[in-house]
Amino acid sequence: MGSMIWLAIVIVPLYAMLSASLTGQDKALTGNPLNPPTSPTLDNYNTVLNNGFGHLLSNTAIVAVAVVAIVLGLSVPLAYVAVRTRDRWSGLAFRLFLLGVAIPAQAVVVPLYLLIAELNLYDSLLAVILPTAAFAMPVSVLVLVGTLRDVSEDLYEAMALDGASPQRMLFQLAVPLAKGGISTVVIYAALQAWNGFLFPLIFTQSDGPRVLTLGLFNYVSQFGVNIPALLASVVLSGIPIFTVYLVARRALIGGLMGVGGK
Amino acid sequence: MTAPTPTPTMTRATEPKATTPTPPTKPPKSSPKSSPKPSAVGRPHAAWALPGVLFFAFFAVVPMGLAFYLSFTSWDGLGDPRPVGLDNWQRLVNDDRMVQSLWLTVLLTAASWVFQTVIALLLGVWAAGRQRNRAVLSAIFFVPFLLSSTAIALLFYALLDPNFGIIRENILGSSNGAFLAIVFVGGWQFIPFHTLIYQGGARQIPDVLYQAAAIDGAGRSRQFFSITLPQLRHTVTTSTVLMVVGSLTYFETVLILTKGGPGTDTAILPYLMYEEGFKSYDFGYASAIASFLVLAATGLSLLLVRLTGFGGMRSTREGM
Repeated sequence: MGSMIWLAIVIVPLYAMLSASLTGQDKALTGNPLNPPTSPTLDNYNTVLNNGFGHLLSNTAIVAVAVVAIVLGLSVPLAYVAVRTRDRWSGLAFRLFLLGVAIPAQAVVVPLYLLIAELNLYDSLLAVILPTAAFAMPVSVLVLVGTLRDVSEDLYEAMALDGASPQRMLFQLAVPLAKGGISTVVIYAALQAWNGFLFPLIFTQSDGPRVLTLGLFNYVSQFGVNIPALLASVVLSGIPIFTVYLVARRALIGGLMGVGGK
Repeated sequence: MTAPTPTPTMTRATEPKATTPTPPTKPPKSSPKSSPKPSAVGRPHAAWALPGVLFFAFFAVVPMGLAFYLSFTSWDGLGDPRPVGLDNWQRLVNDDRMVQSLWLTVLLTAASWVFQTVIALLLGVWAAGRQRNRAVLSAIFFVPFLLSSTAIALLFYALLDPNFGIIRENILGSSNGAFLAIVFVGGWQFIPFHTLIYQGGARQIPDVLYQAAAIDGAGRSRQFFSITLPQLRHTVTTSTVLMVVGSLTYFETVLILTKGGPGTDTAILPYLMYEEGFKSYDFGYASAIASFLVLAATGLSLLLVRLTGFGGMRSTREGM
């Protein structure tokens, strides 16, 4: 019973969004968005697509891929050391990331702005990619450490007896057995990049490196009262991830559960 | 959905296992080859961790220190920061907007917690059951979480537009309306996620308990309050910590929906900091607010974990 009420709360805004995005600009202010559009039109979608939506999407995809690559490339060896190496330094490295979980991005955005400007990265995709990757690392390291810990010591022992190097153990044993944790990290990092708003807002300004979230934000001033076009842009922004959800719902939800939140 | 591979929670990793040798959990095999103690052969050098540590330090830890440093300076982004001692901090303590903003942030977090926890708990317990259509409805319930905060804020910005939207009243124009709108929009976005957490927790509760209660003649609501709720203690902790940390991310929602308005009535701390820094170019004062934010967030997280105990967080793992 209660679930039906919540169903309505979820569905009504989504339905209104779809319906309004298919309504012509001329009828938008006279009708109620809850009524089905009388003469559905794709004009609003054309408006959005002709306003650089593809460019925003490809920028966001570049950021997401780069962030995932950086996060995996740095976090996997780190977690591997934290689990396998027994010295003071590895413990310290791990603690740094434990503390790092508590650093909110909002808190460092002012000094980061300064750093980005000093590095001559302001208003470039790198200005978004690097901090986004850094802030996705703590959770990623924790997830990977948790997964790598479950790899049995005996297996390492067996490989050591065969004279395997630490590199070989990482690539032939640890990584294949930690697939679950790695896919969690990929999903988490990609979502962070996909949904990130604060870093693009502060570190970029021109059209060139503009990403999707910021583009949506800019449509507010660009489209003004053209609310149907605005809603069409929201629908379009949701399509890629919605597709992933339809195709790989289990993997996506499993990955999110793996992060234990965020 | 089936549970994925065993997953860590933040605190499971706090056992400083990384530094102390882990005793083998299984008794050593009786084969002559395996040594009882883990060998030192084939362990990676700690330097492998260096690139990641340096990268993270440069973009997160160093800026953190810089933020504290800048909070003792006056700086408009041009030239060099000028040391001003405790000026910013004194201003912070005496700033009416700051007091209002702090109060507002606490209130928003509390209101969101009540709204999201009650609904997510009920939905999660429901979704863990065996009703018809459960899978389909669960899949639909999750959809809002797929949209970014920006997209969701825009969606409600449009739907709450008095000239266009569902409700032909200017909700965002009144202080209470704007506040409640932010609570609602945040809930709309994050309840799906917390529902998932509670669903996982509720699935772990042994059926035997309910069967025993049914034999004793306990009704459904009695079962909920005497079995389900106590069994979900740790799940509530996990979900709460995530909600509190997550409430800092309401920045997008506030920026798009209300711009902190009407007046400054929805200017939560992160938003106030953004305005001071990137609208007024008062980076010193913005840094003081940011530093305060970190101290408050860290203190709150520690307090929550202290109140509920690490053990609680750790055993939440089973609830995932």
